[in-house]
Formats: sequence, structure tokens, C-alpha cells
Amino acid sequence: MISFAMSDEQEAARDSMRGFAAAALRPHARACDEASAIPEAFYAQAWELGLTATQLPEAAGGYGAPRSPVSNAIVLEELAYGDATLALAAVAPSLFAYAIADQGSAAQRQRYLPAFCGTRYQAASLAVNEPHPASTAWQPRTRAERDGAGWVLRGRKCFVPLGDRASHFLVVARAGDALDAFIVPRDAAGLAIGDIEKNLGLKALPTVSLELDGVRVPQEDRLGEQDGCDVTRLLNQSRVAVAAILNGLSRAVLDYCVPYAKERVAFDEPIARKQSIAFRLAEMQMEVESMRWLIWKAASQLERGLDATRSAHLARAYAAEKAMWISDNGIQVLGGHGFIREHPVEMWYRNARTLGVLEGLAAV
Amino acid sequence: MIDLTLSPNDEQVLRAVREEALIARRYARYYDENEHEFPPDQLPEAKDHPSFMTRMGHRGDGDAGMAVLSMLIAMGQTWGDYSVRLRRQERGLGNSALQAAGTDEQKAKWGHLTLAMAITEPGCGSDPSLVRTSARLDGDHWVLNGEKIFVTTGCRAEGVVVWATVDKAAGRGGIKSFLVLKGTPGFIVAHKEKKLGIRADDTAAYVFQDCRIPRDQLLGGDEQVHRESSGGFKGVMKTFNMTRPAVAAIGLGMAEAAIDFTRDALREAGFAITYGPTLAAQPAPVERLMRLEALLEAAQLATIRAAWLADQGQPNNMEASIAKAKAGGAVREITQGCIEILGPMGVSRDHLLEKWFRDVRITDIYEGTGEIQRLIIARTLLGYSRKELK
Repeated sequence: MISFAMSDEQEAARDSMRGFAAAALRPHARACDEASAIPEAFYAQAWELGLTATQLPEAAGGYGAPRSPVSNAIVLEELAYGDATLALAAVAPSLFAYAIADQGSAAQRQRYLPAFCGTRYQAASLAVNEPHPASTAWQPRTRAERDGAGWVLRGRKCFVPLGDRASHFLVVARAGDALDAFIVPRDAAGLAIGDIEKNLGLKALPTVSLELDGVRVPQEDRLGEQDGCDVTRLLNQSRVAVAAILNGLSRAVLDYCVPYAKERVAFDEPIARKQSIAFRLAEMQMEVESMRWLIWKAASQLERGLDATRSAHLARAYAAEKAMWISDNGIQVLGGHGFIREHPVEMWYRNARTLGVLEGLAAV
Repeated sequence: MIDLTLSPNDEQVLRAVREEALIARRYARYYDENEHEFPPDQLPEAKDHPSFMTRMGHRGDGDAGMAVLSMLIAMGQTWGDYSVRLRRQERGLGNSALQAAGTDEQKAKWGHLTLAMAITEPGCGSDPSLVRTSARLDGDHWVLNGEKIFVTTGCRAEGVVVWATVDKAAGRGGIKSFLVLKGTPGFIVAHKEKKLGIRADDTAAYVFQDCRIPRDQLLGGDEQVHRESSGGFKGVMKTFNMTRPAVAAIGLGMAEAAIDFTRDALREAGFAITYGPTLAAQPAPVERLMRLEALLEAAQLATIRAAWLADQGQPNNMEASIAKAKAGGAVREITQGCIEILGPMGVSRDHLLEKWFRDVRITDIYEGTGEIQRLIIARTLLGYSRKELK
């Protein structure tokens, strides 16, 4: 079926997220970026939205709403329109929780999900990025080797979101020819958690590196236990999520540029009346929309349980390229002001570049 | 509910469209190299091959709406060839104008004809307010004088919808559209153009010399004459909201053919095309191809989105322009890129890629250039009038 029409529930979710983003994300984005930290109160405030718990099963204490990657893409776009960094802080635990809900064994769902349905912010994280050139989540260097009934993990991860507070990490590793994911508690023997990283963008999001030096994981903590899991599906969900965040960021840049260009006067008229500026803005609009349809297509495939690998790959690649282009041109429209930290555009430019190369930040 | 996957019914129709398109593709090179010949109304294979229309089952709730489906079919057909078809169900742009601006009587009277659309003049392209072709009322007849160029299917069409001004001083408000039938005295098909691409499609130049047509051939009827506002003009402009996505779809079908050809060639040369590993981890030609694939999908979806709005009865003026602008740029970048990926093989006339490269180039020009589309998008986005943003 081809339909671009949001359901009533999706429209309601979009509106309430838009309101939350305007009230709780955008006004604090700059201060968090400057401080490279997020106030503890924000985590609690965001948790009250029930972003993660809504789509977790009632048996675990969740609200039992159907898992909807499309709805989640809409929510992520709105939150990221407020601020990508704070949006990620709010939703990063979903990647871990949805992975358990979608692909965990009954015992794993029972063990891990209730914590994400409580009233206290629960941090857990996917460890997928690795610190070597041209790294790709599809071909991790981190290895899992059989060790009796369990597994031993060896390798390095970086840019693990919420690594300062995550109770568990879902570590993606290569096991023989296949990919697998393993639940590793933060106090596991052989796991060294690095200091909070200092990055170009998403500066306020606490990310860490992990060193796994012979970390033993029992079979019951391999995602899906004896059946294993489909890491591809996990990564597809993550890619669509990152693309949706880039979509929100891109729209924020455009919406900041439009009123600026209409107010800024040069050579006796607003610069928006010059074709060189007006056409640039038109093209931003084209790309903000086009990337959204790619995201929705991949999300629809996920929602229908179809293989979304190609669509998610293309959506993420396209969103990364165009969000970079949009934020780059956002700076150009503002001229010197685009370079000054008084305006948010330089922050969006750094965030776009950072988001575009990362995986495993959130799930749809 | 948002869903951008195709129903089984839609997929079946599109498979059938592609089967037909592959047959037509066998003739693509011939009519490219023999520009003076028209492809036949039916290819020899047509008699043994069921039409894709017969495979279009009862259309239900889960199936695409008619505007969306027509975009998907257009993409599937031009994936075979720009204008060679297994069967021609010839309809021209003039037919869209008749449907948008004609009265019920006019639609009933001329709807079965193939109608071309004549807007452009030697001195007037993107700015239709410069139209000089004139129409003067003389008793019960309109008398047309002027020249028109770049009339798509102008030679084969049975009639044409012509833009002419009844009052030059009124600018756009004075422009009306008239239906002129072939064979009317004073209506001369001056010549057929020789082009970079889309050579199987004829492009005509017309001259009107004291061409007298009955009064009722003013589209929309007599009441259009004294309208001071540009209402009539706007009516005609509305047809662009469907023809622009259609033009986008036509170009995108060929761009998809170029991508499929390039992907197959890379695979044959031993490259693994695996979606998943990030672009930085892909070999250069594969990375380039994947970027072009994403661009293709983005433009396709923008086009489908514009058509979907039309199916919903919602305004799609800006979205039609987005589709056209996006596709116009995308098809150029895609075909140019595919040639670069394949190297000398890409420019060889042993293959169709060089033809697609030439054929798609018109996409960013006719039915409004990419620049005009950006102007429309920018005005909508900025809330500017025509005067505020020129």
C-alpha cells in the first residue's frame, strides 16, 4: 500500500513530541553543548514521556503498544528538531530494550525488560562502533569465541552512548562467519570502560570506549540464547533511527534559515529575495522532504517484517549526505553569523557530521 | 496509516509493465538512429503478448491510487524505452489540459483524440506572459496568428491545445487556451526538430496564419474571455501539478534502467554489491553506485508523494515542483555517474546507457526548467508573491 497519511495516533505523538522538543530540548541545547554535559534532571524528565516503555510488552510492565518503526521515526524527527543530542540521550536506551523485546528469549525479556518500564531512567546501550579506519558495523573486528557452554569476547568499541551510566551493553561481535550480539553487564570481568569521550559533535552525549579483553559471556546472555539473533535487523533499526534524527536536524536548519534570510537585508532587500539564496533554501526543502520519504519507506518495511537492509542503508547514506549538505549551506546562508556560537547552526553542522558516521545510537 | 510498500496487486501490474518494456527496449536503438521514422502503433510482438492492463485485477483498499499507479507505470514503461511501446495508447499533454480546463461538452467531444500542447514560442520559454501568439474574435470564430515551437508529439497529434493571448496588455490574464484540430486551414506544421535525445518522440514547430477556429474551441467556454483575473491561466497552470510529476517519472524510469545496467555490469566484473557495510567500507565504484541508487529512490519517492497528494484531492503545487526539480537533477547526475563508473563501456553505442544519458537530459527542461521549479518552491517556502521573488 502506498500511503503518506499519518494515523491519528501518529499525529498526536508528533504534536506532543514537537511541544516537548520546543519546551525541553531546544532551549537547553546550547548550554549542554558548551558544558559537554546533560543535567541529570533532563534524563528523568525525558523518561516521563515513556518513550521506551510504550512499545514494550505488558507482561514486562510496558504499555503494550504495537512496535511501530514508522511512529518511532516520526517521534525521532520531532525530538531531533529540538536537539539531536538530547533526543539521543532520551531514546538511546530503546536500542537495547527493543533488541531484547524483538529478539530476546522469553527468559531474557523477563530478566531485562521490567527495568525499562519503571519510573526511573534506565540506561543501557548498544556497543557497535569501532575505532579503526573505514570501520563498519557489518564487519566488526571484535570477536566472540566459543568457550565451553559460553563465549569469550575480545575487541574494542568506541562511541558507546550513555557509557557512563549504562547498566548493560549489547556488544556486537563476529562469531565465526556470523554476527552475534551479547549482553555484557558493566561490571563484567575483563571489561574496561574508558573515560567520557570528547567528540566533534553530540558533545553533551556521554559516550565511552570499551576494551573487551577476554570477557566471558554465558550462553544465556547471548541475545536469543541458543537461536542467536539477527544483528542485521538490529542495525537496520538503528540506521533508520539515525536517519530520522538527521531529518529532524535538517528541518531545524531550514526553519532557522528561512526567517533569517527574510530579515537580513543586503543591497536594499532581504537576501531571501535573491535567487542564489532562495534557490538554496528551496533545495534544502526538497532534501528535507526527500530524505523523510526514504526513511518512511525503510521504516514501513521494518514494520511489515520485510528485509529492510537495502532501504535502511540507502536512507541512512542519503540522510547523512544531505543533512551535511543542508547544515553546510545553513552556515553559508547566515554568513559570518553561521560561524558564531551565538547561533545554533555551527552546532548542527558539527552534529550532522558526527551523526553521519555513527551506528547504534537509537532504534526505531 | 503510513506505508510505502507496494501491494501484491501493484507489484503484479508493475512486473507486467516491465515485461512489455523489455520487448520495447529491443527497438530502442533502431528508432534512436532513425529519427525520421515513427515507431509503429503496435510492435510485431504485441499480438502475442497480453497487455499489462489485463493483469490489473480489481483494485482494492491496499492498492495504490490511480495517480500513484500511473507514475509507477510510467517509470516501468520508460525503463524499457522513452517512447517506444509495445502498444501505443497515445495521449498527449494537451489531453491533460483538456481534462483540467475544458467544459464537460468539450471533454466529451475531443477527449478521444491525441492532443499536443503548444506553449513555447521562439521568443518565450519559461515566462508564458511573453506569449505573442494572438487570438482575435471575429463573429463566431477565433482567428489565431503566431508561431509555436517545441511541441511534443506535435506531428503525430490529431489536435493541439494552443496558448494564445486575447489581450496582450493584460499579460498572463489575457492568455487563454484554444483547441485546434489538424487540417484546419492556416494551421501549418512547419518542421520536425532534430534532438540530442528522445528521438523516437517527435517535436514539432507550428505556424498559425489567420487560422480560423469555431468559437466553442476556447477551452472552458466563452466565459473565459472577459475574465480579468488570471483565473483561466491558473486553470491551465493546474495541469502542471499532474504533468510535472509525470515528467519526473518518465525520466526516473530511464535513470533506473541506467542504474540496473551499471549494477549488472559491476557484478559481472566481479564486484560484490552488498547493502549493509557503510559506504566508506565499499569499493569506490560500488560506493558511487549506491549513492546514485539512494538519489534515485529519493526522487522516485518525491514523485510518488506528489501524485499521492493528487489522489487524496489535496493541493500539491509545491510537491509537484519538488518532484520535477528533484528528478530533473537526479536523472542527470545518475546517468552521468553511471557512465563514469563504467568508463569507455558507458559511452559505447553498443549499449543503451549513452542513449539514456541523452534521453534524460530533457527532464530538467520541459514542463518547466529546474530553475522555474525552484522559484515555485522558494515562493511557497518563503511566502513570497511573484513580484517579491522573481
